[in-house]
Amino acid sequence: MQAELISKEGTQEYFVNMGPQHPSTHGVLRLLLTLDGEIIRKVEPHIGYVHRSIEKMAEFDTYKQIVHLTDRLDYLSAHMNNEAVALLVENALQIEVSDRVKVIRTIMNELTRLGSHQLWWGVIGMDMGAITTFLYAFRDRELINDIMEETTGARLTMNYNTPGGLMFDLHHNFQKQVKDYLKFFKTKLPEYDQLLSGNVIFTERTKGVGKLSLADAISYGVTGPSGRASGFSCDVRKTQPYSAYDRVKFNEILMVEGDSFARYQSRVNEMWESISIIEQLIDNIPEGPIMAPMKAVVKLPKGEFYQRVETARGEFGVYVVSDGNKTPYRVKFRSPGFSNLSVLDHISRGHKIADLVAIMSTLDLVIPDIDR
Amino acid sequence: MNSIIKYLKGISQGLNTLWSGMKVTGYYFFNARKEIITVQYPDNKDTLKIPERFRGRVIMVHDQNNEHACNGCTMCEMACPNGSIKVITDKVLDPNTGKSVRIIDQHVYYFSMCTLCNLCVQACPSDALAMDGSYENAVFNREELTFVLNLPGSKIRDNVKD
Repeated sequence: MQAELISKEGTQEYFVNMGPQHPSTHGVLRLLLTLDGEIIRKVEPHIGYVHRSIEKMAEFDTYKQIVHLTDRLDYLSAHMNNEAVALLVENALQIEVSDRVKVIRTIMNELTRLGSHQLWWGVIGMDMGAITTFLYAFRDRELINDIMEETTGARLTMNYNTPGGLMFDLHHNFQKQVKDYLKFFKTKLPEYDQLLSGNVIFTERTKGVGKLSLADAISYGVTGPSGRASGFSCDVRKTQPYSAYDRVKFNEILMVEGDSFARYQSRVNEMWESISIIEQLIDNIPEGPIMAPMKAVVKLPKGEFYQRVETARGEFGVYVVSDGNKTPYRVKFRSPGFSNLSVLDHISRGHKIADLVAIMSTLDLVIPDIDR
Repeated sequence: MNSIIKYLKGISQGLNTLWSGMKVTGYYFFNARKEIITVQYPDNKDTLKIPERFRGRVIMVHDQNNEHACNGCTMCEMACPNGSIKVITDKVLDPNTGKSVRIIDQHVYYFSMCTLCNLCVQACPSDALAMDGSYENAVFNREELTFVLNLPGSKIRDNVKD
């Protein structure tokens, strides 16, 4: 056993546990690293530290109740996760929601995406040793949380979408506040580039680190901004438009480099796209009911249903097998974080431990999303 | 020679990016009084505005006569995804009509299990439940998180629709 570990150069491989309490793992993810000196030979993610068996719990909940569980998957894109369940039930029962609901959902999605990317931007700076970014990003994200709080009543676990519509109508301040916010944030977003994107320490640590080729991105199922940084056109908002995404113009940010810096840039550029989507919609929110007529007890017809949406991290899918009862027979959540984590071992081999932090940060993992 | 140029280039590039970053942080350093972002939490309690929709915890709405609108239909109990509401009902004789009517004895609310999803408030047909804006809900004992929502001595309001 001992002899096998000694390589040709006479060095010996050893193991280091990174996490589950490591600050840069953003949660309780344990990585078992096989190292040769400082070079990573193998990364073995050990997950399950925040497993709450949400899929099993969903089997005992009605379709209205499942929505609030999806808040707790990827808590930074809670609104998009809620929408996935709501859309699934609406499509299965062939309920047409009003235009108002569709537009509000799209605006909320993009606000959530902005908030999620802002937090990620702050955290990546902190992982690379710059605490300023963290404070600046939270300054901007706090205002989004305030807007959310006023309309949905919660800051993080919003539970705003319900099958058939929305829980509340918009707050009367909403449009004004969002417009004010976009005006404010447009002046702050260039600061992000000045602080981090051009910084020589940051670029040295991310350029060429953790290269993911297009073929690997497709075969591992890496979606979201991480996949698009490798040139994988996987934006569900473009390929299968839902809600009001078919009536807005936006670009799908595609890169070719596939390294950590490309993943960084694709997210920063996506923030500009989110701003433009909100700007197109915020002035003409159509009037209409916020709730389509629904039966008190929602029962899905017998069969299998799948609905996917684009969250801030990639493609989020809900798969439901129904046996005709008011609770589903089986629920499976396809979380983007799990697929994105699976590629970590492949792209970090041969890099240094410090590079692993950069790779993990740019993959933007949320651990409750992976464990479920 | 090449390596020396590269080395000097690296230094100048590093100073350049350092400058562009410091310009941003320096602006905030010298204009700190213009836009104060950080607020010290307990000190700003008087000016803190909690939105009216904020979901702090579930309460039962009582009017000034200590009357509520809950008739014990248990819709909230059925809507709750995690069993944090238990409605204990009772039957009493109505003195006017002589029929037995259902009233609530205790509306028990386990705050420790609640996920604040708002489904009970939506399910209530007579708007007896509401969310309040309380936010300092931490206690030392788990038992303190079990509430009886109907106040002692309260009774049902007249003309509550079923």
